[in-house]
Amino acid sequence: MASIKVFGHATTTSTRRVLLTLHEKNLDYELVNVELKDGEHKKEPFLSRNPFGQVPAFEDGDLKLFESRAITQYIAHRYEDQGTNLLPADSKNIAHYATMSIGMEVEAHQFDPAASKLAWEQLFKHIYGLTTDQAVVAEEEAKLAKVLDVYEARLKEFKYLAGETFTLTDLHHIPVIQYLLGTPTKKLFTERPRVNEWVAEITKRPASQKILQ
Amino acid sequence: MMRTILQGRLLPPPPINLRHSSLLSSPSHSHSNLKFTSKSSPSTPTLTMASIKVHGVPMSTATMRVLAALYEKELDFELIPVDMRAGAHKQEPFLSLNPFGQIPALQDGDLTLFESRAITEYIADEYSEKGEKLLCPGCNKVKALTKVWLQVEGQQFDPIASKIAFERIFKGMFGMTTDPAAVQELEGKLVRVLDIYEARLSKSEFLACDCFTLADLHHLPVIHYLMGTDSKTLFESRPKVSEWIKKITARPAWAKVLELHKQ
Repeated sequence: MASIKVFGHATTTSTRRVLLTLHEKNLDYELVNVELKDGEHKKEPFLSRNPFGQVPAFEDGDLKLFESRAITQYIAHRYEDQGTNLLPADSKNIAHYATMSIGMEVEAHQFDPAASKLAWEQLFKHIYGLTTDQAVVAEEEAKLAKVLDVYEARLKEFKYLAGETFTLTDLHHIPVIQYLLGTPTKKLFTERPRVNEWVAEITKRPASQKILQ
Repeated sequence: MMRTILQGRLLPPPPINLRHSSLLSSPSHSHSNLKFTSKSSPSTPTLTMASIKVHGVPMSTATMRVLAALYEKELDFELIPVDMRAGAHKQEPFLSLNPFGQIPALQDGDLTLFESRAITEYIADEYSEKGEKLLCPGCNKVKALTKVWLQVEGQQFDPIASKIAFERIFKGMFGMTTDPAAVQELEGKLVRVLDIYEARLSKSEFLACDCFTLADLHHLPVIHYLMGTDSKTLFESRPKVSEWIKKITARPAWAKVLELHKQ
C-alpha cells in the first residue's frame, strides 16, 4: 500500500501541483478524495490534517504536511534521486537554489494571485452559477500581463524560469496555466513568443498530461 | 499585494547610508569575487567592505524581514536607501536588481536576489554556521514542517495582516482614510488564522518546531506595526500567541532593526 497519501480534489490547482510532482517523480500514491461540495475540507477529520481547511493535505508514512508548495518542496528533496530532478542541476550550490527560491516566491506572490482570480472569474464561478465580472478580469489581466513581460525577458536568457533545467519554479505554474489556456486570457501567453514556447514545453510533459485525466 | 508597504511616493528617503560593522568572519562564497582572509580570529575582526548590500528602506516590512535575518546572523551589510518618493524602485537601475520593481533587493558579491522570503532563506543557508540557526536542524521531516509554516505566513497570515496594516497605518500616511468595514472584515479573517496559531503554539514553542526559525521571523515586521494599533487586542487576547510575540519581539536582532526607524 502506498505510504504516500494525498487528501484533496483532483480538479483543484493546489492538489494538482502536488500530483504533478508525484508523477514527475514516478512515485506511487493514493489520492483520497475530499468532497469539497459537501464542505468536507472545513470539518473534521480533514481539519486535523490542515487546520486552514484547504486541500491538499499530505502524508508520507507518519509525516503529515499541508500547503501545496511546502509539500512539493518536501517531495523534491526527499526523493531527489528519483524520477525528474525538480531542483537546480547542482542543488548544493546555494546561489542556484536561491534563484529557484526567488522564482517560487514570484509564482506565489506575483503570478498566482492574478492568475487564480482569472481562473475563478472565467471558469469556476460558472460551476457555482455565478457570472464573470469582466471588470475584475480586465484588472487582473493587466496585472498578469506585467508579470508575463518580466517572464518574457527572463525566458529570453534562460530556457526555464530558474535556469536551463525544469524545476519546481516552472512546475508550480502548470495547473493554473492549464486552466487559463481554456479562457480568453490565453492570449496573454500566446502573444509573448518565449512565454508561449515555455507554456507549450511545460504543459506537454507527460506528467502534465497525466493530471488532466 | 501589500508586500512592500511603501510603494507610494510619500515618505522621504531616510538620509542614511549605513555600514553595520559587526564581527566579520569570512563566508566562503562560491560566487563572490571579493577577497577575504580565510580565517579571522574572533579577537581581531577584519573590516573589509561589506559584500552584502540591501537596497530598501527601514520602514518597509519586506526590507525589515531581510534586515532581521542579517542581524540574527551577525552579518556585515550596507543598507542603500531607495528613493520611493521619486519612484526609483520602478525605474532603472533598480529594475535591474528586481524587475518587479519592489524593495528589497540584495546583492552578495556578484549574486543579486529579490523577494524577501527567498533572500532570508538564502541568508539562512549560505551563512548557516554564523549567528542564529534560522532553520530547524534535523532530518527531512523537521525541514518539511518548517516549509509548511513558512508557507502559512506567506499564504495565510501576511495577505490579511498586511492589508490591515495598510488600512490602519499606511493609508493615513498617504492621505487616505481607513475603511472601517474593510478592517472589520479583515480582522474577522485574521482571528481565524490566530486561533490556528494559538492551537499550534500550545503544542510547539515556536511555529515550525521548538526553535526560533525564519517561519517566526517573517512575521515580525507586520506584527510590529499591528501591535501599535487597536488590532493588537486580537493578539493579546490569545495567551500562547501573546507569549510567542513577546519572545520574538524581544530578540536583540529585532531591536537593531527597530533602531533604524529612529534614524
